[in-house]
Amino acid sequence: MVKKIITNKLKHDEIIKAESKNLNFFYADGTQALNGVSLPVYENKITALIGPSGCGKSTFLRCFNRMHDLYPGNRYDGQIILQPDNTNILLTDVDPIEVRMRISMVFQKPNPFPKSIYENVAYGLRVRGESKKRTLDEKVEEALKGASLWNEVKDRLQDLAFNLSGGQQQRLCIARALATEPEIMLFDEPTSALDPIATMNIEELMSELKQKLSILIVTHNMQQAARISDYTAYMYLGKLIEFDATNKIFTNPSKKETEDYITGKFG
Amino acid sequence: MNPENDLIISQRLAKNFQRNFRERLIEFGLLCSGLIAIFITLAIVYVLVSEAIPFFQHVSIIDFLTDTVWTPNYSIKHYGILPLISGTLTTTGIALIVAVPLGTITAIYLSEFASHKVREIIKPILELLVGVPTVVFGYFALMLVTPMLQKIYPDLTTFNMLGPGIVMGIMIVPYIASVAEDSMRAVPMSMREGAYAMGATRFQTAIRVITPAAISGIVAAYILAISRAVGETMIVAIAAGQQPNFTFNPVESAATITSYIVSVALGDLEHGGIGYQSIFAAGLTLLIMTLLINILGHAVRKKYAERY
Ligand SMILES: Nc1ncnc2c1ncn2[C@@H]1O[C@H](COP(=O)(O)OP(=O)(O)OP(=O)(O)O)[C@@H](O)[C@H]1O
Ligand SMILES: [Mg+2]
Repeated sequence: MVKKIITNKLKHDEIIKAESKNLNFFYADGTQALNGVSLPVYENKITALIGPSGCGKSTFLRCFNRMHDLYPGNRYDGQIILQPDNTNILLTDVDPIEVRMRISMVFQKPNPFPKSIYENVAYGLRVRGESKKRTLDEKVEEALKGASLWNEVKDRLQDLAFNLSGGQQQRLCIARALATEPEIMLFDEPTSALDPIATMNIEELMSELKQKLSILIVTHNMQQAARISDYTAYMYLGKLIEFDATNKIFTNPSKKETEDYITGKFG
Repeated sequence: MNPENDLIISQRLAKNFQRNFRERLIEFGLLCSGLIAIFITLAIVYVLVSEAIPFFQHVSIIDFLTDTVWTPNYSIKHYGILPLISGTLTTTGIALIVAVPLGTITAIYLSEFASHKVREIIKPILELLVGVPTVVFGYFALMLVTPMLQKIYPDLTTFNMLGPGIVMGIMIVPYIASVAEDSMRAVPMSMREGAYAMGATRFQTAIRVITPAAISGIVAAYILAISRAVGETMIVAIAAGQQPNFTFNPVESAATITSYIVSVALGDLEHGGIGYQSIFAAGLTLLIMTLLINILGHAVRKKYAERY
């Protein structure tokens, strides 16, 4: 209710779902991969991160679910404020598992688990302690439908996930991430290993998904960013150069560097 | 045609020839070393079979496989292999009950939980265990483990299968741990990241994702462990009593196939006598058992071939 009132009142403003504030990130070897990045992620919008290879897009994305915690020696500095809690999820006393339960991730290469299709999707629920067969069945079906995979796999849910095609595996990974009803989904170049048709399927899927959640996506494909995203951020050498509405970035960027990159003069 | 060009081409050809020759030579060398291994295996099979044939001319295969008494060197001779098989299977079983959980847990710990530093300390210690001569383990079983077991279970005889079985299990823990750990560490990081990104804990990731992903290597580790236990000689020869005894009761004394072979082979035997030939019949049985284990292991591994 509260949300609705706000949206009505500030017609053109968005609700912030999460926001990085002056975020710096250092890898264990001392490399500073992010340098003072401040960027909002709006609710029910797709935000695309673009920029040349090595500029820190993946590094930035992986801060949102504390993926860097898996490797000793990495260090965050700055804030990522998650709403509505208004908490900095980078604080050491915030449990990363708690964060990952609310912010899920789809990787560049499909990485299904060595389990059946069903068990792959049920995994996140089982991890959360759900073991009732009926609930699992329902949620698995719902997630597979949400990832537009249900019709293709409903008759072979017990098959090993590796028997699916690359595009199907990626949609399975999306279903896996969806099953736990996350608030934000992170995508790191989710279609770079897929053919154009599989890519199109996943792009359509993302546009549907944003009704329910907020999306942050890294992509190397400029057309993709232009097609699906509402907001686009251009990064270069660990810094955020420009952030704006996607059509503004692609038609009339305010920074020369952004324009050079988008028009292919550079990068 | 330009003669200069010709020269260059022929030079190149010469070089190619040289390279091809070198490649062939290397290939031939590799083939030879492979053939040596095959040749030795065949030679062993040949010796076993050719010495076992006269034995089976004297003893029927039916008796060999069904008689429950094994006394080839007594005046009343019986040639039933079953007591030796039961001894082998019981000690192996005890060893596996000890080694499989310990080895697997060690592997999971080393691969998924231990920090780099801890791993660097534990692994060499485990490898040290592999280097201990089995005679030492044998006396360890006889002088330390069995007396300790007798405190808990006073009726235990000095020679029994339980003590050596347990010690054998401890001995093969490092084999399982190291092979299983290698296969777990070979699971790509992307798989782990996938599990953690779902909100899994370390333990959930290790048990529900990494272990199934590495199952083929883990099964290989178990197969190696079984072969090692079935073939182990000294520990059982020293601590299990060398008494062919058709029983699966771990507190009784027994002889295994290997301990029979070593005890007889160390005694004075007339070459060509029936006692001498019985070693080869027993050895052939052992070979067939190991072969069956390997075939089974191969089938299991194929079923769970790792795919990630
Ligand atoms: N584990 C690591 N240790 C040290 N430096 C790293 C590590 N991973 C990445 N980097 C460095 O951090 C910087 C940013 O890397 P990142 O992977 O975020 O780039 P990216 O924008 O995602 O590139 P790409 O488009 O190629 O995926 C690069 O300079 C990279 O070399
Ligand atoms: Mg990247």
